[in-house]
Amino acid sequence: MIIQPSTDAPGADIPTADAARLPRPTARERDAAFLFSRWHLVLIPIAIAMLIPMVWMLVTSLETLNQTRHFPPELLPHSVRVRNYTDVLRDAPFARWFVNTMIVTVVTVAGNLLFCSLAGYAFARIKFFGREVVFILILATLMIPFQVVMIPTFLIVRDLGMINTLGALIVPNLAGAFGIFLLRQFFRTLPVELEEAARIDGASRLGVLFKIVLPLSGPALATLTVITFLWTWNDFLWPLITIYTPNNMTLQLGLTTFQGTHQISTNLLMAANVMSMLPVLLLFFLAQRFFIRGIATTGLKG
Amino acid sequence: MRIRRILESDHLSGWAFAFPAVFLIFVFGIVPVIWSALLSFQKTNLLSVPRWIGTANYQALASDPLFKQSAEHSLVYAALFVPLSVAGGLFTAIALNRRIRGVRFYRTAVFVPVILSTIATAIMFLWLLDPNFGLVNFLLGRVGLGPYGFFDSATGALYSIVGMTVWGWIGFDVIIYLAALQGIPPALVEAAEIDGARTWGMFRNITLPLLGPATLFLVVWSSINALQLFDEVYFITKGGPGTATYVVVYYLFSLAFQQGVAGYAAAIAYVLLIATLSLTLVQLWAGKRLVYYAS
Repeated sequence: MIIQPSTDAPGADIPTADAARLPRPTARERDAAFLFSRWHLVLIPIAIAMLIPMVWMLVTSLETLNQTRHFPPELLPHSVRVRNYTDVLRDAPFARWFVNTMIVTVVTVAGNLLFCSLAGYAFARIKFFGREVVFILILATLMIPFQVVMIPTFLIVRDLGMINTLGALIVPNLAGAFGIFLLRQFFRTLPVELEEAARIDGASRLGVLFKIVLPLSGPALATLTVITFLWTWNDFLWPLITIYTPNNMTLQLGLTTFQGTHQISTNLLMAANVMSMLPVLLLFFLAQRFFIRGIATTGLKG
Repeated sequence: MRIRRILESDHLSGWAFAFPAVFLIFVFGIVPVIWSALLSFQKTNLLSVPRWIGTANYQALASDPLFKQSAEHSLVYAALFVPLSVAGGLFTAIALNRRIRGVRFYRTAVFVPVILSTIATAIMFLWLLDPNFGLVNFLLGRVGLGPYGFFDSATGALYSIVGMTVWGWIGFDVIIYLAALQGIPPALVEAAEIDGARTWGMFRNITLPLLGPATLFLVVWSSINALQLFDEVYFITKGGPGTATYVVVYYLFSLAFQQGVAGYAAAIAYVLLIATLSLTLVQLWAGKRLVYYAS
């Protein structure tokens, strides 16, 4: 899959206003002409199936424990229990997990943006000894599932003295083959004349990268940001292996210990779950276009 | 003079730019692949000094009933997850690829689960499918069915995981298919309409062949992911009830990090790697013969 610099990301934009300018109505526009399309009969059940687990979680998170055991839900406006959310914050080091996850995610995203930009630019524009071989080696690591290498990775991180620290979660993920490839492909689509002109004017390589290339690379950097954010925020297996004291846990890991101790208090568990998703949901609604594009390009990972 | 030329050369600046990332990927991406291979010929519990034992780990693997079971479960899971999510994604994408009211809402509803973590999704489904108070059993009770144990039942646990992960991943397939559908030239569709193609004929002879590359990609990608199933099993069933949901990565994890049989686990990891790569190659080879590329 090739990442394009233009804004027409796959699946990102829904065609709307241009319908009137098309020469003659196709099947799609004829559908739109009807107030009710038969496709709603298919799409409404699909939407319900997709939304019910989330709606049910939200409803449960606002109930008393007793109410959670009744159907249909007894949720009345006057009995909405926002207290569940504060109870979670009281019962578990939830704020701590939140901060840990934020630190790990932000540092990892920043590291990827910096190191992948530098490396991506080198692979795109600078001819240096061993470039092709190294690039192919890096691409090859995309084919290796993490589960295959997690045992030696654990040993390396342990030998570096990082087990049970946030460093274990950050350092191995500061740069990735995916980001390098994504940015290299993007940089290669930019007009090279611009960079050459700046070089002739005496700009350094670094200056060219930061003052000319990166400002033109907004969409690619945004895609890398949201994808790295998503992967880091949601990662579970690696924290599970490397972190064992509650104070150093991330949200995903914390949620599993919270579930272990609050198996009965479903309402609190659901409140905790809602809170754990909020940042990702927020980012999704703010940057849906980049999420969609990012998800569509993770195809590179396979 | 000569030193200055080297300092200003592209070789040096190229390496200076690439070095931090290349170093990190070398240490945490390439070294572990080789180390894993070495570990698979050793006996070690991660603490003791490893001892070379030749191919003993691989020999033991061949006659390990729990490994055989785990591999079977992984394959059954993949055989269900891949077609269900790909076909479901295709169907949903076709329904969503039109200008009707509320299509933005429908798309968002389908996309959101993709960004949720495996653990968050598992917590929701544990509650939804709870044997005593879960919504699904309440609803089934209304029509005189159940209650079913879902994750608690030896026969249903793996299928429940299939259902849950299809819910979580179908949006990914939809995104890929929508992108591919929007790449179909309208002229082609119009030409077929003029030639009198009906809805089904159009789908069978125009749309489906043009979606071939997307389908091939999704089949390869979903298969790789299916063989790596872990989070949901670890969190919900711990491989149980009994060994009903033991899958390869869960077995590998429990050997290496809970039972301290790391060398043996590394052998399983390598078998998984080779299985994944071979499956991918076979799919790509078959895809080459079946898939039509427009350009």
